[in-house]
Amino acid sequence: MIKVSPKAKRLLVPIVSVIAGFLVGAIIMLIWSYDPLQAYSSMFESALGSMNGIGETIRNATPLILIAIGFQISSAAGFFNIGLPGQAQAGWLTAIWIGLAWKNLPVYILLPIEIIAGIIAGALVAGIAGWLRAYFGTNEVISTIMLNYTVLYLCQYLHQDVMSKNLRIDTDTTKSIPANASLRIPSLSAAFGDSRISGGIFLALIGLVIFWFVMKKTTVGFEIKAVGLNPFASRYAGMSDKKNIIVSMLLSGAFCGLGGVIQGLGTYQNYFTQTTTLDIGWDGMSVALLGGMSAIGILLASILFSILKIGGLGMQTLAGIPYEIVSIVIAAIIFFVAISWAVGLLFKEKKTDKTATYLATAETDSRKANSQEGGQA
Amino acid sequence: MEKEITNIIEMRHIVKDFNGFKANNDINLTLRKGEILALLGENGAGKSTLMSILSGLLEPTSGEIYVRGKKVDISGPNVATSLGIGMVHQHFMLAQAFTVLENIILGHETTKGLALDFKTAREKIVALSKQYGLAIDPDAKISDITVAQQQRVEILKVLYRGADILIFDEPTAVLTPQEITEFIKIMKNLAKEGKSIILITHKLKEIKESADRVTVIRAGKSIQTVNVADADDEQLAEMMVGHHVNFKLDKEEQHLGDTVLSVKDLHVNEDRGTEAVKGLSFNIRRGEILGLAGIDGNGQDELVEAITGLRHVESGSVNIKGQDLTNKPVRKITEAGVGHIPADRQKYGLILQLPISENMAIQTYYKEPYSKHGIMNEKAIREHARELIKKFDVRTTSEQLPASDLSGGNQQKAIIARELDRDADLIIAFQPTRGLDVGAIEYIHSQLLKQRDAGKAVLLISYELDEILQLSDRIIVLHDGAESGEVNPEQTNETELGLLMTGKNLKKEAAVND
Repeated sequence: MIKVSPKAKRLLVPIVSVIAGFLVGAIIMLIWSYDPLQAYSSMFESALGSMNGIGETIRNATPLILIAIGFQISSAAGFFNIGLPGQAQAGWLTAIWIGLAWKNLPVYILLPIEIIAGIIAGALVAGIAGWLRAYFGTNEVISTIMLNYTVLYLCQYLHQDVMSKNLRIDTDTTKSIPANASLRIPSLSAAFGDSRISGGIFLALIGLVIFWFVMKKTTVGFEIKAVGLNPFASRYAGMSDKKNIIVSMLLSGAFCGLGGVIQGLGTYQNYFTQTTTLDIGWDGMSVALLGGMSAIGILLASILFSILKIGGLGMQTLAGIPYEIVSIVIAAIIFFVAISWAVGLLFKEKKTDKTATYLATAETDSRKANSQEGGQA
Repeated sequence: MEKEITNIIEMRHIVKDFNGFKANNDINLTLRKGEILALLGENGAGKSTLMSILSGLLEPTSGEIYVRGKKVDISGPNVATSLGIGMVHQHFMLAQAFTVLENIILGHETTKGLALDFKTAREKIVALSKQYGLAIDPDAKISDITVAQQQRVEILKVLYRGADILIFDEPTAVLTPQEITEFIKIMKNLAKEGKSIILITHKLKEIKESADRVTVIRAGKSIQTVNVADADDEQLAEMMVGHHVNFKLDKEEQHLGDTVLSVKDLHVNEDRGTEAVKGLSFNIRRGEILGLAGIDGNGQDELVEAITGLRHVESGSVNIKGQDLTNKPVRKITEAGVGHIPADRQKYGLILQLPISENMAIQTYYKEPYSKHGIMNEKAIREHARELIKKFDVRTTSEQLPASDLSGGNQQKAIIARELDRDADLIIAFQPTRGLDVGAIEYIHSQLLKQRDAGKAVLLISYELDEILQLSDRIIVLHDGAESGEVNPEQTNETELGLLMTGKNLKKEAAVND
C-alpha cells in the first residue's frame, strides 16, 4: 500500500484506474497477437488526432452528457430509470417531426419549439413511469424497461403509418431537416473539419450547469436528494413522496429527451427506423455510473467514453483489429474505471497530523464540556 | 466473604487506541467465579469496546487478559467461545421464521451422517432449560414468542455452546417491569449454578437488585470497583458521570390552559391491515405533560403516526387547537404547530448523510429566509443551525458536518433543537431519551419540562417507566391499542403500571367484582 494525502488519492485513483484498464486491454491484444502500441496510437489518432476526430468525439459525448444527467436525477431520488433509450427516442422523433412539418418557420421560433417539444416528449414518457410508481407502486425498473419497447414500436408506427408521406424519403427514413431547423452551426462544423458536431454541445454544457444548480441550490433538488437518501425522514419532514417521484422522473425524462433531440437535430438531421432500443440511452447510463453525481465527473466520463467509442472505430480501420477485440478492450477500460474503489484500496490515506489532533481534541473537548456542565448542575 | 476467591477473568491495563482516540485507557477488570459483576458507565464510556475485546471482536492495543489464571490471546469470536465466554447481545440475533430449537443450534448443529440430529439437540436444550429455569417451548417459532422469551432463547444459545462466562449487554432495555424481575431471577439462578456473569447496564436499580460488585467506567478508564452493598444510587451515579446527579426533577406548579390536542375514538390500522389503535380518546391541555405508558408494540407507533399525518386514520378524529387535522398532510399538521421528536432518530429524525445545517431546516427549507422563489439560501440555513447548536449545546465542530458525525446524544439534541425551535404548541416526544446517557437524559427532561412550564402541551410516549413517572402530570396506560387505565403519577407505582401495561386493570376488576 502506498501512503498518500487524501487530495492526491482523489486524483490518483481515476488515473491509475484508466491506466490499469489500458494495460489489461494491451494484454488482451497481445494474447491475440495484435500490437497494442499501434492499436492505442490509432485509437488516439482517430479520436483526438484531427479536428474532425475531436469534433466527432465531442459530438458523441453531447447526448451522453444529457442522458447521464437524466439518469442521475432519478437515481438521486432513489429511482432506477432505465427507460433512458425510450425517453431519448421520443425526444428525437418529436423534434424531427416538428422540424419537418413546420420547416417554414424562422429559426429562432422553430428551433426552440423543436427543442421544447422534444424535452416534453421525453418527460412525458418518464412521467408515465413516475405516475405509475407514485399512485400504484409499480416498480419503475419494470415500467421503464417496458416503456422502452412501447416507445420503440410506437415511434415505428408513428413515423411509418401516421407521418405524412411528404416528410419521408421512404418508409424507413424521413427527409433531412432544413438548416433553419438544425442545431448544426456551419462555422463550428467547419472549425472541426466538417464533423457532425453541433450547437447541442452548448445545450449539454448548459444542462450540466442547470443540473448542478438544481441539485445543489434549489428546494426541488433538496427534496429529491432528501427523498433519495432517506424516504422515511423526508416523509416525516412533510415532503410529498408522490410529488418527488413524479418531479424527479419528469426532470430525468426531460434531460433524456433533450439528448434525443440533439441526436436528431445535431447528429443525424433526420429520423430513421430503429430496430433496437437506442445505444445512447445505455451509453448514457454507463457515463452516469462512471461519472457519479458530480457535473465534472459526468463531463469527463462522457469524454472518456467517446474517445473509446470514436477511437475504437480507428482501431478497426487503422490498426485492423477486429470489432470484437476492440469491444473487449473498451470494456476492460470501463471495467477498471467502474471498480475504481478497488483501485482505491491500493492507496492508504495518510492521516495528517492535523486530523489526528483534531480527533483527539474533539474528544477531550467534549469531555471537558461534560464535566463543566456537571459543575454548573 | 470466602477466603479463596478465584478470579475467572482478569483484564489488566487494557488499552484500545482508535487512531489516537483511546476508547479504553488502562482498564482493569476482574470477574470472580459465580458472581454477577455489573459494568456501569455512560454511553461512550468504553463498556462496549471492553466487552468486544473480551468476546474477541476487537483486539486490544495493549494489556493482558487472563482467563482462569491463564494468559490468553482472544484473537477471534471462536477463541472466546472455546474459552467459555458467551455474549447475549442487546439486539437479538434470531431468525424469525425458525423455531427456538433451530435457532439455538444454528451454527453449532450436531449431525448424524448428513442429517441434523434434532433429537440429541432437543434433549440437551430441554436439560439446560430445566437446570437454569429458562422455561421455553423448543418448537415455538421465534415470531410467535414474546421479547422476554426471545431473550431466553439467546441465553440458551450461549449456554448450548458451553459458555460459563456470560456477558449481558443492556438486557432489560426491552422488558416490562415484571419481565425484569423474572430476568433478574434467571440471572441469579445462573450465578448460583456456577456461571460468572458480567452485566452491562446503566440502570442503577437493577444493579442494586442483582449484582454482587460493580465496576464503574468513565471516559475509557476504570474508576472504581465496589461491592454493591456498600454503595448507594447517588454514589454510583456520581462515579459514573463524574459529578453530582439530580434524581428528583423539580417540577413547577402546573398552570393548565386550553386543550391543544384532542383525540377522539381513534382507530388506526398497522401495515398489514389489522387494527393497532382501537378507539383511543384523550385530550392534552396547555401546560401539561401527558405520559403514555405501555409495552413496545401496543399501538404507540401507529398512534403517533396517525396524529402526525404519517398514517391513515380509519375512523375517529385528531383535533389540534380546534382545527380538524384528521388525515391531513404531514406538512399541514407540522405548520399547525406540532413538534415531533420521533422514536427512531436515525430513520425518521435525520438524514444522516446531509449536513447538520440542512437537517435543522428539514421542515422549513421552503420558507423564507431559508429559501426564496425555490432557491435555497445556504447562508441563512447555516446561520440558523449555528444558533441552534449554540442554544441547545449540540457538540460538534461544524454545522457543515454530516449528521452521522454526531454522537447519539447530540443527534437527539439536534432534533430536539429543531422541533422546539419552531415554537410548536404540541410537542410529541416519542422515546426521547432512548439509548442516551445520564447527562443527556437530564438535559432532555429539563427541556421538556421547560416546554410544559411555557404553556405547551407535551405528549410523552416512553417505554421507560421511570421517565414517564418523573415527567408526566397524567399517565395513560396503553394495552393492545386501547387505554387500560389512567393514573396519577403521584399516587401510582411500578407494580400498578406494570399490571395495567399487561392489560390487567385491578380497579376495574375490583369494581366488577363488587
